[in-house]
Amino acid sequence: MDPVLSFTDRGIYCAAGDFYIDPWRPVDRALITHGHADHARSGHGAYLATRAAAPVMRHRLGDIALDEIDFGERRMIGGAAVSFHPASHVPGSAQIRVEVGGQVWVASGDYKIENDGLSEPFEPVPCHHFITESTFGLPVFTWAPQADIAAQIDTWWADCQTSGRTPLLGAYALGKAQRLLTMLNPDRGPILTHGAVENTNEVLRAQGLTLPPTHRVTPDLAPKEYPGALVLATPSAFGTPWARRFGPVSTAFASGWMRLRGVRRRRAADRGFVISDHADWTGLLSAIKETGAENIYVTHGYTDIFTKYLNSAGYTAAVVSTEYEGEVVEETDT
Amino acid sequence: MKRFADLFTLIDQTTRTNPKVDALAAYFRDAPDEDKLWCIAIFTGRRPKRAVTTTRLREWAAERAGIPLWLFEESYPIVGDLAETIALILPPPAQRSDQSLSYWITYLREMAAMPEEGRKAAVLDAWDRLQATERFLFNKLITGGFRIGVSQKLMTRALSRASGREEPELAHRLMGDWSPDTISYHDLVEAEDAAADLSRPYPFYLAYALEQPPKDLGAPADWHAEWKWDGIRGQIVLRGGVHHVWSRGEELMTDRFPEFARLTDFIPDNTVLDGEILAWRDGPMGFNALQKRIGRKTVPAKLLKDAPVLLYAYDLLEWDGKDMRAQPFGDRRRILCDLVTPLSDTAPIRLSPEIPFDTWQTIETARLTAREESAEGVMLKRRDSPYLAGRKKGDWWKWKLDPLTVDAVLIYAQQGHGRRANLFTDFTFAVWKGNDLVPFTKAYSGLTDEEFRKITAWVRKNTLQRFGPVRQVRPEHVFEIAFEGIHESPRHKSGIALRFPRMARWRHDKPLAEANSLDDLHQLLDTYG
Repeated sequence: MDPVLSFTDRGIYCAAGDFYIDPWRPVDRALITHGHADHARSGHGAYLATRAAAPVMRHRLGDIALDEIDFGERRMIGGAAVSFHPASHVPGSAQIRVEVGGQVWVASGDYKIENDGLSEPFEPVPCHHFITESTFGLPVFTWAPQADIAAQIDTWWADCQTSGRTPLLGAYALGKAQRLLTMLNPDRGPILTHGAVENTNEVLRAQGLTLPPTHRVTPDLAPKEYPGALVLATPSAFGTPWARRFGPVSTAFASGWMRLRGVRRRRAADRGFVISDHADWTGLLSAIKETGAENIYVTHGYTDIFTKYLNSAGYTAAVVSTEYEGEVVEETDT
Repeated sequence: MKRFADLFTLIDQTTRTNPKVDALAAYFRDAPDEDKLWCIAIFTGRRPKRAVTTTRLREWAAERAGIPLWLFEESYPIVGDLAETIALILPPPAQRSDQSLSYWITYLREMAAMPEEGRKAAVLDAWDRLQATERFLFNKLITGGFRIGVSQKLMTRALSRASGREEPELAHRLMGDWSPDTISYHDLVEAEDAAADLSRPYPFYLAYALEQPPKDLGAPADWHAEWKWDGIRGQIVLRGGVHHVWSRGEELMTDRFPEFARLTDFIPDNTVLDGEILAWRDGPMGFNALQKRIGRKTVPAKLLKDAPVLLYAYDLLEWDGKDMRAQPFGDRRRILCDLVTPLSDTAPIRLSPEIPFDTWQTIETARLTAREESAEGVMLKRRDSPYLAGRKKGDWWKWKLDPLTVDAVLIYAQQGHGRRANLFTDFTFAVWKGNDLVPFTKAYSGLTDEEFRKITAWVRKNTLQRFGPVRQVRPEHVFEIAFEGIHESPRHKSGIALRFPRMARWRHDKPLAEANSLDDLHQLLDTYG
């Protein structure tokens, strides 16, 4: 019997349903786990994504033929039974479950285990074959609870207010930025946002997510009218004329890569907050264990080392070549 | 340790100088004297004797973290720092403690005398009592190598602010062969008549690279020119009938270069010389010969014979026990010349010769012949300049030759570590030999962050094969490789080795076929090797 999913140079392919999952070359029919650029690309004939992921995809990809599906809803595509389950990576992100002839495969896209209070909480999906990322698949990557990081950010913000600097916090415009917004203490001061962040905020607010009040930075905005404010921006805005309007700043990045002192120092920011929308080492291992799968396919990240470890731990694991990027510390936009 | 960890965090998380100086100065005002002394010692590269081998540390850390040793070993190069890797993989501490920096240093030293079982228990217990940053610092105290962006300049500025003493005086006090066992904080920094240490060198004066045309420097008559030698900068201190040889990195190299023991026969006591240590036989032998001597604490007789060294002296810092640094360079040079020129050929010292010139054109022409003199360029020194401490603009300029270059094809790529853990930064390059590409050098630096990002994305999509962490990529991109020297090397497949290779440019404009060939490299070898 053919495998339910196979790995082609266009993407992850299901022959029984004649569709691709997160393909990186144009295909007729694409099932999309979430709206980040390395998973949801333009140029496909037809798209299927969760109802919660759809608005961001339309915002990013424009007028596409996008069909929507609810979490947990079961749908037949050709000979394959398909359903989407929360991956907790960003709002609307999904693991895609595909069942053909009693064999269950799950393509998990990008995921994390911790409930961030914004994305739909991660749901373990029992399966025979599990396709996983390994962006942070090394034992040196372990995350502190979100509340600890929120406290660190708040202390930094307060220090900036004392020293007269504007805190400039850099993060992905989709997902990480909104998660950080929910972690900020709104009593501390006003929150200003870069246009790329605020555009995504608007899309997510419109679909019913609750975010704290923010002020979009426009050419007319006078920073002086927002004393003690924190500025949330994409990292690409750092050091540009756009950022100069805030006077002396204290810069910070929020990324899992900030766990490594070397990366923190290369970014040359004043602070590095260790927070990621990808699972850490223990998260990856617990997620894999909970699926009950024996066959594991590792798509991106520290694939070689992680796969070797899985094999030593009794799984049958293999590296598969894809064009997913995981968390890119240099990422300028999603 | 918490106070020291807070200091470290403050210094580590900023790139601006002032907050670093503020943090250090506050530490030097408030911390107990023993801690201050150790803080200075650690940041100037003096650390307690290693109590545990790194092999044991890795084993114990992997065991404590519950991971196989191979996984630890795979993670280490990605993090790029052993102390940090250990700190990151360990579970959080179960105990609380707030002992001083000196307490933990004493703890480490007492450990050294224990049997291995005792050392293991002590290390595990320490890991279980220290918070993340403290744990990293504890590991650093064992493994050494505190590179945290505290320069000598920064340290003396902070000490000056805390003690009220002048910076140049402090810079001189901190030089030399002291350790926290041989001196107190008071004697090192504050005492009025610090016991003169016979071995103590002066802070080196370092030249800036010349960027403007030399005619902007003014009248040629105000300037002295000599070759920029390709050796090791060294300072030789002759006092009390003995000699000490110091490197620019403030490392004592006396035993590595036994040739200089005979200097006391030729040069009067109470003299300090600055110059270049060169491998020399009827002339400078080039850096490749000297390289064999570097890193060897004791030198076998054969090597002494094959690559004997001497000092090309170019400055006189102390004469007849007097600090000469405030005198004009011209005056110092005259005394040096009178001292060295009459010496016999058997003395391990020569005067670094002056290159006479009347016009800037003369010196520009001379510079182009530097490689024939086994030099890397020329030095320009203002005749009336004092000998300053550290890198200062204005009076001393180095004017190096342009590097040699070849155009080469990228064939292997490997992920970087530490600062560059998530990028492909370690590359292997090849040149043509007939229709084959032969690897001949690696290079790690020279591209911008933006270029590293681009090539990383490209490598991910164009991997042909993986060999462990190394990826063979599609031969498609040509890079200009710049380097300082070329020599024969039987250890390399291509038969040649380069000095300081780096990526000078990404040649998007060059088709693959126009990369250089192995024959081109051999021609360079014949000319410059």
